[in-house]
Amino acid sequence: MGERLLYLAVVGLSEGMALWLVAAGLSLTFGVLRVVNFAHGSLYMLGAYLAFHFIRLFGGNYWIGFALGPIALAVVGYVMERFFFRRIYRLDDSFQLLLTFAFVLIFDDLVKFIWGPVHQSVPTPPILSGAIMVVGRPFPAFGLFIIVVGTAAGFALWYLIERTGWGALVQATATDREMASVVGVNVPRLYTGVFMFGAWLAGLGGVLAVPMRSLAPGMGESIIIEAFVVVVIGGLGSLRGAFIGAVLLGMFHAFGVTYLPVFELALAYVTMAIVLIIRPWGMFGVRE
Amino acid sequence: MIPAPRNHGNSAQGLGAGLVVTGIFIVPLVLGPFWQYLIANILLLSLFSLSFNLLFGMTGYLSFGHAAFYATGAYVTGMLLLADFSLIVSVALGTAAAGVLAVILGFFCVRHTKVYFSLLTLALGMMIHAIVWKWTSVTGGDDGLVGIMRGSIKIPGVFEISLNSLSHYYYFLAALCLLGIYILYRIVKSPFGLVLNGLRENYGRVEFAGIPIRQYLQVTFFIAGLFAGLAGSLMAPLEKTVAPSVAHWTKSAEPVMASLIGGPFTFAGPIVGALAFIGLKELVVRFTDYWLMVFGIVLMVVVLGFRGGIVGFINDHLRERRRLALREHP
Repeated sequence: MGERLLYLAVVGLSEGMALWLVAAGLSLTFGVLRVVNFAHGSLYMLGAYLAFHFIRLFGGNYWIGFALGPIALAVVGYVMERFFFRRIYRLDDSFQLLLTFAFVLIFDDLVKFIWGPVHQSVPTPPILSGAIMVVGRPFPAFGLFIIVVGTAAGFALWYLIERTGWGALVQATATDREMASVVGVNVPRLYTGVFMFGAWLAGLGGVLAVPMRSLAPGMGESIIIEAFVVVVIGGLGSLRGAFIGAVLLGMFHAFGVTYLPVFELALAYVTMAIVLIIRPWGMFGVRE
Repeated sequence: MIPAPRNHGNSAQGLGAGLVVTGIFIVPLVLGPFWQYLIANILLLSLFSLSFNLLFGMTGYLSFGHAAFYATGAYVTGMLLLADFSLIVSVALGTAAAGVLAVILGFFCVRHTKVYFSLLTLALGMMIHAIVWKWTSVTGGDDGLVGIMRGSIKIPGVFEISLNSLSHYYYFLAALCLLGIYILYRIVKSPFGLVLNGLRENYGRVEFAGIPIRQYLQVTFFIAGLFAGLAGSLMAPLEKTVAPSVAHWTKSAEPVMASLIGGPFTFAGPIVGALAFIGLKELVVRFTDYWLMVFGIVLMVVVLGFRGGIVGFINDHLRERRRLALREHP
């Protein structure tokens, strides 16, 4: 019994990792730019499809897609921030939301247009295609790889924000945009950097999902809704909240499928509803 | 209490509205089923968009999950009609069901900031979509509801009119849509509507005036859900089928786009926008399946450059001309 629970916990962790990367980018972008990017799920989808494209282009080598996919997404993020969002920061929040929504509509159809509406898939890279024994049961090696990459990204993110000079500037700008600008922070450039970084994270999430799930044009919308549930539970703008929320949803998924198949979906929403009643700003969020 | 402003528009606007209403009722006499169906859809989208815009245009709260109420109205009405309830009872209960859902979801959506409101409406809207999709025994799942009859209007022993033909049903739909639009108009122009407008302009001051903002928003959310439900309820017998796509976020995007294209800051904006949206869609789908992308680009252009929408653009233009005319002939 104990072993079974432990095994399911590992499954849950691997399921939560791609979600964590997406929610982290969403929360980071909001924390600094004060924009909730509805197109963040579409960036995840775009990352998956671009990785798929690169992998096919380079004779099925997953690692080339793994490296290039997120970088391509950072470029997409650059274009979005530099040429679109920068024009409307001074306006009411709702116009920024509407702009991100316009990107959702465009990206969703763009993916269908370029790669077709059918499901696509990519084989697991040979080195990770086997199974590794976890508490006496075989577990896909790629699932462990996802956990390792997700955790590493979490530590890297923590280090970047908490321990580097750039992170200090990011925190300062998130706290007070005007004051940071007064003391000489190049706020527009920092915004572009943070947005690109968020897009890179979404791309990384997409690349990790490629061998595990089939690619379909609807994959962006399902992950963004899960990511919304995650940030509402954890608190929008909090990276710790995003991590805890994503792992929680992964666990719900793993345990729910086994023990409560009908209510698996409901568990996440019920948790969200409870958090909204007790702490509307989320477990680790800041009251506004 | 603040007295209600006595501004019911000038006589030119009244005349225009009168002509449009007359035109809507003359349509079936002169135009065929294609146009009746098209205008019925414009009326439905107008009502749906106005209900969305009661929130967005008035209070600044942007909902991306308004299809949840539209779909609830459509499904409940469809199911009742399939169970041989009368048309009026089905539509009334469908609308009421959407209102009940709006009370429940509204409680959760207006607990924190505007940004939270937007993402919660999308998430909860898609939760409704998931329920509709998965609860096959009740909603028909993927197939939805099929074979809905339009029924009839009757007072037992006095009269009975079958609404099975499109032109008969058209009158029923048009009358209820116009009634809904008129009620929404009166709400917008009431003291209640003024408070909502204040929320958009200056949240802090309304709060300082001692107005319980959250209760106002919850009531507004309820009204918005109710009228979106009415639009959905009227849609089910028109189409004779209800598919789960009516609960999808792409359906929620329709009132967003219609309101933004038409102009969210005037009452007539979403109506003009509904006309433009359906007209443009009719054109675009002849050339491409990717019409959502086209509307994404239109929305982007509107947000970046024409935030007043069509009506705002015309108003600005007229004001500018009047100003120039005054300067020349003071």
